[in-house]
Amino acid sequence: MGFGFLHRHRGSTAYLLLAPGMLFLVVFFLVPLGFLAYQSLESGSIDFGYAFTWAWDNYSSAITGYGTQFKRSFAYAGIATAIALLVSYPVAYWIAFRGGRWKNLLLLCIVAPFFVTYLIRTLAWQTILSDDGLIVRTLTDMHILSPGGRLLATGTAVVAGITYNFLPFMALPLYVSLEQIDQTLIEAAEDLYASKWTAFFRVTFPLSLPGVVAGTLLTFIPAAGDFINAQLLGSTTNHMIGNVINSKYNELIDYPAAAAMSFILMAIILALVLIYARAVGSEKLTG
Amino acid sequence: MTSVAAEAGRTRPNALSRAWAFVLRHVLTVYSLLFFVYLMLPIAVVIAFSFNHPTGRFNYTWRGFTWDNWLHWNAVPGIQSAITLSLEIALFASIVATALGTLIALALVRYGFRGRGTTNLIIFLPLSTPEIVLGASLATLFLHSASYGLSIPFGFWTILIAHIMFCISFAVVTVKARLIGFDRHLEEAAMDLGANEWTTFIKVTLPLIAPAILAALLLCFAISVDDFVVTYFNAGNQVTFPIFVWGAARVATPPQINVIGTAIFGIAVTLMLINVFIQNRRSKQA
Repeated sequence: MGFGFLHRHRGSTAYLLLAPGMLFLVVFFLVPLGFLAYQSLESGSIDFGYAFTWAWDNYSSAITGYGTQFKRSFAYAGIATAIALLVSYPVAYWIAFRGGRWKNLLLLCIVAPFFVTYLIRTLAWQTILSDDGLIVRTLTDMHILSPGGRLLATGTAVVAGITYNFLPFMALPLYVSLEQIDQTLIEAAEDLYASKWTAFFRVTFPLSLPGVVAGTLLTFIPAAGDFINAQLLGSTTNHMIGNVINSKYNELIDYPAAAAMSFILMAIILALVLIYARAVGSEKLTG
Repeated sequence: MTSVAAEAGRTRPNALSRAWAFVLRHVLTVYSLLFFVYLMLPIAVVIAFSFNHPTGRFNYTWRGFTWDNWLHWNAVPGIQSAITLSLEIALFASIVATALGTLIALALVRYGFRGRGTTNLIIFLPLSTPEIVLGASLATLFLHSASYGLSIPFGFWTILIAHIMFCISFAVVTVKARLIGFDRHLEEAAMDLGANEWTTFIKVTLPLIAPAILAALLLCFAISVDDFVVTYFNAGNQVTFPIFVWGAARVATPPQINVIGTAIFGIAVTLMLINVFIQNRRSKQA
């Protein structure tokens, strides 16, 4: 066998390089999805075991029984994604255009929260938002929060946690696309008498759209399936579909219901991504 | 006089817009600095509370400074074995995933082959699947494995397989990015000088993509150590550090959790700072 990786040519070498990794992904990613699909159509109980019966009603009862949690998941994820975009765009812009030699250090600051274990980060927010914490006390003093009002165990806390936890997923793609913009294009717009704002909305922002698209998807998808924030920062009235899947699978051992919900979750995410891709132009997805 | 006034009148909008730009620039700077304060707030809390001396089971309110938690970081039963397991898994998972991912990246960048689109799709899909679905589907495979005469009990190996699975795509993306911007002339030069393809790969290609391979290793390591959801579904009765934290969050949060969190953060940031420092020096030299 020739080790012909130096030339772009057809041959068995490509497949030999691909084989181990792709085999792993097929066996431990694609095949499991098949098993999950199979399981979603099983019926039975923990005591007597589950058997495949084309039980489509797992799907219909998931939607009728847990429609609220589905809606809540996408609402929370949508709000958190929108906030993350608005909050991190100016910062990504600032680093890309004014960062100078501090760029790398500032980017490090953006990914730094990643290096504190996810659960510990979320527990820290529990401390910050707790009833006798500084934020609740200040907001109560300012009469924004009524006396005895809480932040912890509310939807606000869950959305705040999700926003914070997935911020780097939003900020980094935004930075990458802003960084790549040819500055002379913006100068050209200004030479042609565009105001700073016009130049931004007509030149800079459209050119940064690939980053906006990548960032919103990278934030929205994990956010919609999250259950840690709702578990640690919310109450049962804030539970998302992830909490339901988790408890069905790991606590109630109701595998078929959990499997059906997983597929509904994936289907809705896929549908939303496709609608979104259509709205912004599909070439932006790959660009 | 009049000409001076006229000149002042003409320069005025210019000065105004410059002043406006000045304000705007500083608004942006101030805002960005506030943003970083917000980003660092929970981290500061984690670090501060690693020195707390809590009276109850939970570590939520400040009771006083102590070094005890750091000196007795493994005083909580189970915490040391949880960390050991997390580090073992992360070490093996990052090495295997990076090796597999590098090979895939080489094939994708260097070869034309049938099924490129499908390959790209299979690599992209795990990145865009919610973790809970990844975890549940893999656990379902292991649950069903017994009925195919191939019993895989939940434990070390199932966790390791899960971590390799979700790390591969990250490794591919990281190494691929480096390979695309790669100067092929260096390899051609080596071959012109009589090196065969294997020698060229070892002596030229590998050293050039080594930074990307190292980056992939570190990224996979970081993702693996941090993972909770997929691990939780596939761990059986094994306890990794995030699973330990999850269990603790329900009954008691010893400050030692913050000690470990701070230590992981400190090591990761130090490594990143060294990397930033080296990059800055390189770009100065170039």
